[in-house]
Amino acid sequence: MSSKRLRKLKEWWIEKAILLSGIFSVVFVLLIFLFLLREGFSLFRGESVADFLFGKSWYPISDPPRFGILPLILGSLLVTLGAAAISVPIGLAAALFIAEIAPGRLKEGLKAGIELLAAIPSVVIGFIGMITLGPWIKNLFHIPTGLTALTGSVTLAFMAMPTIVSIAEDAITAVPRQYREAAVAMGATKWQTTWRIVARAARPGMVAAVMLGIGRVIGETMAVMMVTGNAATIPHSILQPVRTLTATIAAEMGESVQGGAHYAALFAIGIVLFVITFLINGVADLYLHRSRR
Amino acid sequence: MVNRATKFSIQGLHVQYGGMYALRDLNLEIAANEIFTVIGPANSGKSTFLNSLNRLIDLEAHSRVSGMIRLDGIDIRAGLEVEALRRKVGIVFALPLPLPVSIYENVVYGLRMQGVRDAKSLDAAVERSLIESYLWEEVKDRLRTPAMNLSGGQQQRLCMARILAGQPDVLLFDEPTSGLDPISTARIEETMLVLKEKYTIVLVTNNVAQAARVGDRTAFFLMGEMIEVSETSTMFTTPADSRTSDYITGKFG
Repeated sequence: MSSKRLRKLKEWWIEKAILLSGIFSVVFVLLIFLFLLREGFSLFRGESVADFLFGKSWYPISDPPRFGILPLILGSLLVTLGAAAISVPIGLAAALFIAEIAPGRLKEGLKAGIELLAAIPSVVIGFIGMITLGPWIKNLFHIPTGLTALTGSVTLAFMAMPTIVSIAEDAITAVPRQYREAAVAMGATKWQTTWRIVARAARPGMVAAVMLGIGRVIGETMAVMMVTGNAATIPHSILQPVRTLTATIAAEMGESVQGGAHYAALFAIGIVLFVITFLINGVADLYLHRSRR
Repeated sequence: MVNRATKFSIQGLHVQYGGMYALRDLNLEIAANEIFTVIGPANSGKSTFLNSLNRLIDLEAHSRVSGMIRLDGIDIRAGLEVEALRRKVGIVFALPLPLPVSIYENVVYGLRMQGVRDAKSLDAAVERSLIESYLWEEVKDRLRTPAMNLSGGQQQRLCMARILAGQPDVLLFDEPTSGLDPISTARIEETMLVLKEKYTIVLVTNNVAQAARVGDRTAFFLMGEMIEVSETSTMFTTPADSRTSDYITGKFG
């Protein structure tokens, strides 16, 4: 009887401990968000939200300072779209190949390689992008600098790829074997089975993979700061230097006065980023849950 | 039995997985328009046999097949594209497995894959095959609803309709009622008895009584060997081999 009670007590403790860890992780996120809000919102005492979001110039240290982040938003958008255009088709095709076509040993090798790619620190990828990709793009297009939005896109595509490939590959592998068998038994070729049954059944997971990959790209700072040229102007082509939201925070936080308008503006950028990634992860989550249903 | 054309002729069929024999020296003829049932305990090679007939066995990584299987006199390995073979020889699996689309799309799936686009002929195929599988009356007003909403027995008849839409020659059934209730089972069996007028049916079953109910001829498999094959009525009244009688009277299995 007493051992039963002891066990019950133990269960109770374990349950509460897990509950507490869960609550903590949510509370931390909320606190971070509140901190961002508190620091960022002081900017809007002197600045309108519209001027901040749609202002065309970012001159934080001139007099009077201008805090328009439209160039930064466009910079982030351009780099992200470029990276997505490169990494999504290649990543999904690689996932299909690994999950469906590659024979045993090749499959293991590729999976290990992709995981290795995920393990490369972003500063190293940025460094490689800066010294190899930059000059190459400069010579290829005959432009004054190789540090452009395109360079950033290509570099970031490498960083999004592991996320996209591994999550999409999981989703494809999770398609029940019986679907494949049913299709093949009806006379479908390998390609018809892969394309019409497997890819369709795995679509929610593949969408989630893409969203998470893009989420990674938007949040990336170090590599993008090194290769995009960091010019806070509205870009007119992908071959111009741009500056992203993240790079702006990283580059300027050190030189802003704590509590000042510049400082608050950087936090406000943080809020914008937070909202963007929150939305992207939300969409990904939606699709992941749909795929489990 | 009246003389009928031979549908499948199997000579010296061996199937190995790795080094293990799953099927050993099988010689057998299956006549057109008969229900040929295969009974036997687990691991007797029944499903291996079925999967050899439409070459689904090729998907098993370590399988090795030797011997000759002819369908209407044509070698199914050398004389036919594997996709064409599988369209002629449809299979219904143990667990009903509708694709995650509507009832209508499930039925026309194979046709769409073959490139049939014409809405009228698709509609006609849906109606014909659902009538043949005795599902039409139950679903004709909700063809566009998800197939997953059907009951297990209905799903199994939908899987039959999906195969029938492609106008096969032979229907393979791999323990088609093992997951179904007695009433659904009875409906499937009734359907089979009607379908044999048009198709040749090979039925693998764990349920000895089912073989007795629907089979024209029955084969008893044990550990990869065919112990006995005969008219179903003969098999169940005067089996030639003592192992057969032990199995059908329930002494093992």
